[in-house]
Amino acid sequence: MTRVRAAAAALFGGGTGTVFALLVLIFAGIFAMNPGFFEGPSLMAFLKQAAPLVILAAGQYFVIVSGNFDLSVGALVGAQVVIAARLIDGEEPRTVPVLLVMLAFGLLVGLVNGLVTTVLKVQSFITTLGMLLVLYGAIRLWTGGAPTGALSESFRTAGRRGIENVPILGQIPWALLIMLAVGAGAILLMRTRFGRILMASGDNELAARLSGGRVDTVRTAAFVLSGLSATIAGVLIGGFAGVSAQVGEGLEFTVITAVVLGGVVLGGGRGAVLAAMAGALAIEALFTLFNQMALPATLRPTVQGAIIIAAVAYAARQRARPGATAAPATATATPS
Amino acid sequence: MQTTRLAFASAAALGLLLATGCTTDTPTESPGEETSAAESGDEWFVQAEYEEQLAQRDIEPEGDPATPWLQAIEPEWVDTSEFASEEGEATVCFSNASVSNPWRVTGWITMQEQVKVLQEAGEIGEFRHSDAGDDDDQQISDIQAFVDSGECDALIISPSTTATLTPAVETACASGIPVIVFDRGVNTDCATTFIHPIGGYAYGADAAEFLVENLEPGSTVLALRILPGVDVLEHRWAAAQEIFAGSELEILGDEFTGGDAAEIKNLVTQYLQRGEVDGIWMDAGDGAVAAIEAFEDAGQPYPVMAGEDELSFMRKWEETGMTAIAPVYSNFQWRTPVLAATMILSGEQVPAEWILPQEPITEADLADYLERNADMPSLHYAKFGGEDLPGFPDAWRDR
Amino acid sequence: MIAFSPSARPLGTTALIYLALAGVLALGGAAVALDGGNLFATANLVDMLTRTSLTGFLAIGMTLVILCRSLDLSVGYVAALSSLVGATMMDGQAANLPLAVGAVLLVSGLIGAANGAIIAFLKVNPFIATLGTGLIIKGYLDTEYKGPAGDVPAVFQQFGYTRIAFVPVSAIVMLAVAAAAIWFLRATRTGHHMYAVGGDVDVARMSGIRTTRVLLTAHVLCGMTAGMAGLLLAARFGTGSAEAYTNLYELDAIAAVVLGGTLLLGGKGGVAGTVAGVAILAVLDTVFNVMQIDPFAKDVLRGAVIIAAVALYARRQLDRTARRPRFAAAQGIEEAQGRPS
Repeated sequence: MTRVRAAAAALFGGGTGTVFALLVLIFAGIFAMNPGFFEGPSLMAFLKQAAPLVILAAGQYFVIVSGNFDLSVGALVGAQVVIAARLIDGEEPRTVPVLLVMLAFGLLVGLVNGLVTTVLKVQSFITTLGMLLVLYGAIRLWTGGAPTGALSESFRTAGRRGIENVPILGQIPWALLIMLAVGAGAILLMRTRFGRILMASGDNELAARLSGGRVDTVRTAAFVLSGLSATIAGVLIGGFAGVSAQVGEGLEFTVITAVVLGGVVLGGGRGAVLAAMAGALAIEALFTLFNQMALPATLRPTVQGAIIIAAVAYAARQRARPGATAAPATATATPS
Repeated sequence: MQTTRLAFASAAALGLLLATGCTTDTPTESPGEETSAAESGDEWFVQAEYEEQLAQRDIEPEGDPATPWLQAIEPEWVDTSEFASEEGEATVCFSNASVSNPWRVTGWITMQEQVKVLQEAGEIGEFRHSDAGDDDDQQISDIQAFVDSGECDALIISPSTTATLTPAVETACASGIPVIVFDRGVNTDCATTFIHPIGGYAYGADAAEFLVENLEPGSTVLALRILPGVDVLEHRWAAAQEIFAGSELEILGDEFTGGDAAEIKNLVTQYLQRGEVDGIWMDAGDGAVAAIEAFEDAGQPYPVMAGEDELSFMRKWEETGMTAIAPVYSNFQWRTPVLAATMILSGEQVPAEWILPQEPITEADLADYLERNADMPSLHYAKFGGEDLPGFPDAWRDR
Repeated sequence: MIAFSPSARPLGTTALIYLALAGVLALGGAAVALDGGNLFATANLVDMLTRTSLTGFLAIGMTLVILCRSLDLSVGYVAALSSLVGATMMDGQAANLPLAVGAVLLVSGLIGAANGAIIAFLKVNPFIATLGTGLIIKGYLDTEYKGPAGDVPAVFQQFGYTRIAFVPVSAIVMLAVAAAAIWFLRATRTGHHMYAVGGDVDVARMSGIRTTRVLLTAHVLCGMTAGMAGLLLAARFGTGSAEAYTNLYELDAIAAVVLGGTLLLGGKGGVAGTVAGVAILAVLDTVFNVMQIDPFAKDVLRGAVIIAAVALYARRQLDRTARRPRFAAAQGIEEAQGRPS
């Protein structure tokens, strides 16, 4: 166990490497329980179902790396699915217009989060907590408490279907392709000037300002990107499983956990978007592993909690080692 | 530093306390995880209640079958003349646990429509309600606020949790107004009437018996549950375990889904990857369609399934022609409490324990119920029992 | 409650919050009056004060950890566990009370210590550390307790139900704990150090403060107030309930703390403000209840009020302190130590 860890750490190095090591460990565990999991179709099914969380992690990464939190994503995902069902109401031709409405709504929610945080100077924890409450209540107020309407088949394509009859793999889910596109886009975005300012604004706000970065603008943009990712995730989750009253509940904590598991430091300024998405994959893989092990359902939160703490503690130790780039002092910082 | 030392000293003292406390504690608590997990099923299983509920399914309820919300199984009538009020226009108060799921949303609409009818007839004046958002402590405050206001002529309570609301309900009873408890019960019989359908054991048994009857011996069944620790749901599962134990079905697992469709579809997909699943038992129908879709997407034959009388499931059932049953936790019970309040306030007799009929929807009446609810949204419950109310169908459809 | 308001400076943050509370009371009172009711009727006052107790306990402890620039997301789970530990140990016997209360405070204090240790020694972010311990407790509760357990003797139920005039005993106890916490922050060295640790942990360490010890103390105390909240739950329920954790009390507590003017970045704020924050939330709840607001509209209004209230005084606060964590640390500490509100 320690040797595997050491080897993995050597392979990937630094704090963000932990998540890949963890991913390898979990997959090894799944393989030991059920080698069949790695056959094409079941692996594709896993990726299809993991895609929304990975996409959410990318969105949350932007917000966290710039020094904020977005607690409203779960409620936003839920709101988007309910909006889609109510507005589409089973009518195929409405699909595209409603998708545009959802997009606008997602961007708007992100923009409001961003502006309240940067212009009104409300700590993002509170901004997005308030937004969570507002979205949760407003959407139920609008639908009388429980979702109404129905999604169209074409709306559900992205989350449910894929390219069929591919040799070996069976089906390549659209969700996987969308996830890859979002991931690639996020990685590219972080390499632009925007990405550098975003990172700098989380690392050292004043320095970022002094060097001409428009900190408030990039931070607001990060919230908008989070709103966008929640919209995409909403389309995929709604497509995958249809409408239910509980959709999206609690996702915010899962996704923040995923991002931190990916070695991204809460408080901003440190971490890679690829690792954040790997963190989401690791969480989904962990749930799969629990399932494969037939671990009693009531015990799962305990094991999950212990693993998360252990993994993050391990990553923090990695970072604190001499030669590692991160400053340990900020490791316990709470972002606003 | 003194305070720190003080703090640490007291912590140490507390540590000693724990050491002693722990030893006295051991016999009553934590008998080890293994054993307690094994016992956990029993904790919720009361043989006598189980048998009683199973028997009640076959008892013909008193009253007109056209108005099942006024029927009662083996009622013991109690005199309520002490509460009779001459004035009319009574203020009826309702402390609701929550409207946090579609079942409760449906019932709450039905109750409001029933109230409107009674208000127009002049039997009820003001109708006040509070919603505790599933928070027991909040509901205790809500009940206290109603009692303290002194303006309620009758108090209806739908408790969020059985045991925890007991003291608050006792306080309400002690205030001298008639108290009507429905849905989940409380551990006291001080309420004037306690209204509920037969119960969780009967629900779980209806579902489990159907699977046992319709599956070959040796078939595999997956149990999907919402949450642990909620008594009405735990009773369903306890009854199912009892019945499955006496069958030759293999239970692949029981999973908590939170009622989230994505979680359900994901779990079922994973089980299907590892082998065949022949039957699905659910403790509530939320997200049943997602479970069925998992079979479709995996290219597997439909399972034999026990869902609930939620329309999304029933419509999918008809569309696919699968073998299924919709156990019912009678949603029409939401009409009964306000009717009971008016009966009590005019001094009429009510059953002390008002047990409403609870009959599953089978293949035979599927088409009938679908037709009656044709206009209703998919997260609506077929046996909501409000078709004769003037607000039908708009109140439920355009909510 | 106004008695706790420090006479720091004209219109200090705390004063501003009490002003906000007065505003909420006035607006709520007016709204209820327009609706034909009376917000200040005894029944409504009792209701308001009762609602402050539970969140109050949680928020007092939460203030301490947030002052240290930490966070505790496990308090809801700790309270649920405490209600069970308390109720099962009491087992219906009044004689078991001291032992049960002691055990609850011990268990909850130890969980707090574990949180503090994970954060201080393992360098795990408090958000994740306490989310993790919360999950661990949740798993334990789900596995071990399949529902309510234990039996609270009638004498202890008084803690949840008795009141003197229109003030519930639980609110009095909560205010006493708040007063103790205010004294702790103002008059003890550890209390002062909490502001320093929250201001800048490195500077605090360099100036000779044992920062880990301070952080641990804050977390132990936060755990113990969550334990008290659990005892209150047990007293109100007459039994212990694992399900109490589903109510997201931790978010209520954090909202109350921030509404009370304590900075999530740490180092600034105080318990007096928190009490006002708790009171604002309680007044809102009572107003919504009296006015029969739709439960979903309640959430919307709650969210909007929280954002708006914090926005109202966030600007002043942040202007003075936003850059402090990295660039004006020493000055920040002086400022904070000089004025613990």
